[in-house]
Amino acid sequence: MNDTQIPDLETTDVVKNFGATVAVDQVNFEVKKGAFFSILGPSGCGKTTLMRMIAGFEGPSSGDILIRGSSVIDVPPNRRPVNMVFQHLALFPMMNVAKNIGYGLRRRGISGKEIDRAVDAVLERVGLPGMGPRKIDQLSGGQKQRIAIARCLILEPTLLLLDEPLGALDLKLREQMKIELKQLQAEIGTTFLYITHDQSEALVMSDQVAVMNHGRFEQVATPQELYYRPNTSFVAGFVGDANRWSGKVETVSGDELRLHGQGGVAIVATAVGGISVGMDVEIFVRPESVFISRAEAEIAEFDNKIEGAVDSLLFDGGRSSALISVAGDDRDISVALPQTGQFSNLQAGEKVYLGWQADQTRCFAANNVGS
Amino acid sequence: MTEIGSSDLGATPAKLPTSVRRQPGVARLWFYLLLLPPVLWLGLLIILPHIQLFILSLKEKVAPRVYTYGLDNYIGFFNEPLYWMTLLRTATISILATALTLVIAFPVAYYIAKMLRGRTKNLIFVLALLPFWVSELVRTLGWIMLLRETGIISNTLLSLGLIPERVELLGNDAAIITGLVYTSMLFMVVPLINSLDSLDDSLIEAAYDLGGKGVAILREIIIPHAMPGIVAGSIVVFMLTLGNIVTPAFLGGKNSIWFTDQIYQKFIVRFNWEQGSAFGFLLLITSSLVVWLGLKLTRQSLAKTIT
Amino acid sequence: MNRRFFGTTMAAVVALAAAGMSPVQAETLRLLTWGGYAPDAVVAAFTAETGIDVEVTLSNNEEMISKLRATRGAGFDLVQPSQDRIQGPQVEFGIYKPIDLSQIDAGQFITSMLESTKSVTTVEGEIYGVPHVWGTSGLVLDRSVASDVADFTDLCNGNHAGEVSIRLKRPVLIGFAFSLGLDPFAAYGDADAYTDLMNTVADTLIDCKDQVKAFWEGGDQLIASVTSGEVTAAMAWDTGGWKLNTENADVTYVAPSSGALGWIDTFALPARGENDSAAYQWINFVMQPEIAAQITAVAGNFTASQGADELASAELKAQFQDSFPPAAIDNINWYPAVPAGLEDIEGRVLDRIRASN
Repeated sequence: MNDTQIPDLETTDVVKNFGATVAVDQVNFEVKKGAFFSILGPSGCGKTTLMRMIAGFEGPSSGDILIRGSSVIDVPPNRRPVNMVFQHLALFPMMNVAKNIGYGLRRRGISGKEIDRAVDAVLERVGLPGMGPRKIDQLSGGQKQRIAIARCLILEPTLLLLDEPLGALDLKLREQMKIELKQLQAEIGTTFLYITHDQSEALVMSDQVAVMNHGRFEQVATPQELYYRPNTSFVAGFVGDANRWSGKVETVSGDELRLHGQGGVAIVATAVGGISVGMDVEIFVRPESVFISRAEAEIAEFDNKIEGAVDSLLFDGGRSSALISVAGDDRDISVALPQTGQFSNLQAGEKVYLGWQADQTRCFAANNVGS
Repeated sequence: MTEIGSSDLGATPAKLPTSVRRQPGVARLWFYLLLLPPVLWLGLLIILPHIQLFILSLKEKVAPRVYTYGLDNYIGFFNEPLYWMTLLRTATISILATALTLVIAFPVAYYIAKMLRGRTKNLIFVLALLPFWVSELVRTLGWIMLLRETGIISNTLLSLGLIPERVELLGNDAAIITGLVYTSMLFMVVPLINSLDSLDDSLIEAAYDLGGKGVAILREIIIPHAMPGIVAGSIVVFMLTLGNIVTPAFLGGKNSIWFTDQIYQKFIVRFNWEQGSAFGFLLLITSSLVVWLGLKLTRQSLAKTIT
Repeated sequence: MNRRFFGTTMAAVVALAAAGMSPVQAETLRLLTWGGYAPDAVVAAFTAETGIDVEVTLSNNEEMISKLRATRGAGFDLVQPSQDRIQGPQVEFGIYKPIDLSQIDAGQFITSMLESTKSVTTVEGEIYGVPHVWGTSGLVLDRSVASDVADFTDLCNGNHAGEVSIRLKRPVLIGFAFSLGLDPFAAYGDADAYTDLMNTVADTLIDCKDQVKAFWEGGDQLIASVTSGEVTAAMAWDTGGWKLNTENADVTYVAPSSGALGWIDTFALPARGENDSAAYQWINFVMQPEIAAQITAVAGNFTASQGADELASAELKAQFQDSFPPAAIDNINWYPAVPAGLEDIEGRVLDRIRASN
């Protein structure tokens, strides 16, 4: 077998119980070498527990964790080829930058000279050359971030675990760090396992994302697949924005089904999973899948058509949207506004026509609905 | 100790409400009013008596009720080996007892601060404080009950056949140190718990994750973080131990010779207040010197310890 | 800082302040005395008769003098130091005021004792003390195992190593001096001779130190260690021996062959006492034979009250007679006044003994 075909990380049926609570429930996944893999989920979904098991701070109740094909269940954290960037980074305030980064090598008994060289090299790599003598409290948030990563990278781990490391940063810096992290990972090629509750972080940076809920993986896929073809209503609701209806299936033909959503809106949708007539279902439609027009003729080809009035305009530059009120539904439909400028003069109260295709209207059985 | 007081003093005016500061006259009045209690406290209870004692320590008795001034009381201290040997011995045993207290208190504090959570933590903490609800005298008497020849330990060992005849465990330096360590425990455990509590668990985990092992983590992460607590606890324990009089007298027996007892003897038994005052100052100088040296050696500062 | 050291200073400061401003209630007697010398029943009877409240503070010789020195004789209206502790401190610190003998009912006192105390407490023609309670220091022995101990030096004869206890204060120096055939009282006036004498005593005690189990501090401590059997021979006060005798007939107080050391605790007036009339009333009240007998019953020691001894309990009388055959009474060495400065010589010797190994 070729070395590259062995996944860097693989878990089989990993379960973790805390008393009667199941924190992690039968999780199976693998992370390919060099991948940027994210675990996305709301707080309390078990993602931190899962990561702590991979790092070695917790042992699984059952199941196995393999790194490069060999089980690490009995290997303590200080001997696993895995390093972790902590949520609050956990830089050692009693040491300067160089000492922080050199910590792991010192523990391995590497000579001082060699450590100095390695520290300089890794500082260079994370874009902070010459910062070695600085004290931790003299660093900015972004610099701390990079030092925390450098401290792990210097050990050349098989797998780098990152536990919501951007959580403490302000919005602007977070946006910037997302890109930096992605670039850094691409450059160094280390496998990243990234935990977050922020879907944007997961979508922007990852090659693969696992959406986790109630201790289980709902879906493991590329960001694009997750976004456009969610497998469960939880994923559809958690990843990205969506207009949402619930109703009872009236007719089914192949994948296509028809029903009336709450408020009496007639909807043609695509079934995900087995759906039959009479089932309670949830319907999700992305704001950007909805076509908006001032002329009724323009929506003629869409499977779903509806007429409404602009309730309010949410200007947010490139992400501007409009809330459209429709007859019979007390909830507005959110529509992304095209950036071609033709709607820049849209007024509240103006009459508009909305249309969207059935294949972008995903329908899930309602019993499947998560939190 | 006075330094702690004076830094409190400095902090007081800074906390004045800004509205008060805008009116200079009122602000000044407030400033002096707020300054009054600490100044009175320091002045009446600490500085004034010390000035009196210092003047007293320079007095030399020529004849009944006739005195001159000079350094005889201090010179007498250095000329009599018994006196300076006692001070040296007291300081040495105090340092030893402080170190021992630290070594014993550290795991206890670590256990309470880091291993326990919620109710259990509070419960164990209160249990650790329990012995200090009774007076030092009673605690020391408790040790006498345990250590005396017909005491609990001796009798138990005898009845278990581990010793051929009763042993006297009182009246030696080990008994004094045991008592001092026990008496000082609280004053070490509390600051240690305080400083360890503020240590983020993830720092320990990070060190472990990066390949650290127990001892290295203790040395490089935990102890440096707990240093302010260690220094604060050690200073308090050292001061208390050096100034202790009950424990050495009760547990030390016929060979106990403690500097505070010398001071007590000078003042109360010999009516020699002049030399007693000089001894008091020498004790103050010694303890300040040891604390200063300790801070220098551990590269800590008192200011860092307090904040 | 040392607590007591600090405490003494504090007491001085507070008492100075208090003396300056507090309007003392006229009808209160502030009494500084020993444990057992002012039993509750006696205090209650006194208050009932005179309407004067009594505030009792318990202490010992050294602390009494230190307290008065700190306040220059204020804070108390009546104090009870031993008779040998009046002259020296008075010369040195001026903490007492003369007693007006016309205020005292001399007829209630055993005349010889009153006269002796008056002469011992005279400074520059003024009398500063009258006697109250007297007793002796000697040997407390468990006769079943330590009957060979007849004098203080016998404590160090090697037969009772590890079971001997002494109190490392001036009485042990005086007692051992007599036991060694020396006369410390004769040397009181000559500092050099006294120093030599004390050094001889110190050498003996240092040689003996290995045999000493512990230096006892308080009477209760000694009683506990004799009761437990840890100590079988000790230098101690007569009352301690008699208390032990009540529980164990083998243990009793024995007057040493070189003579027991006799002490008399007195009444003296602090220099700045504020209620002398109450003090005189108290003296006359407690010297009544019936009251004095009550005090004897509590304190365990006899008083200078004429006729009170007959009222003492039969047991105590028997114990006394057992300990003191008539010859032994004549043999008591009564402490003369301690000249000023003597404590320093003794202190150095005591330090030397304590520090030796």
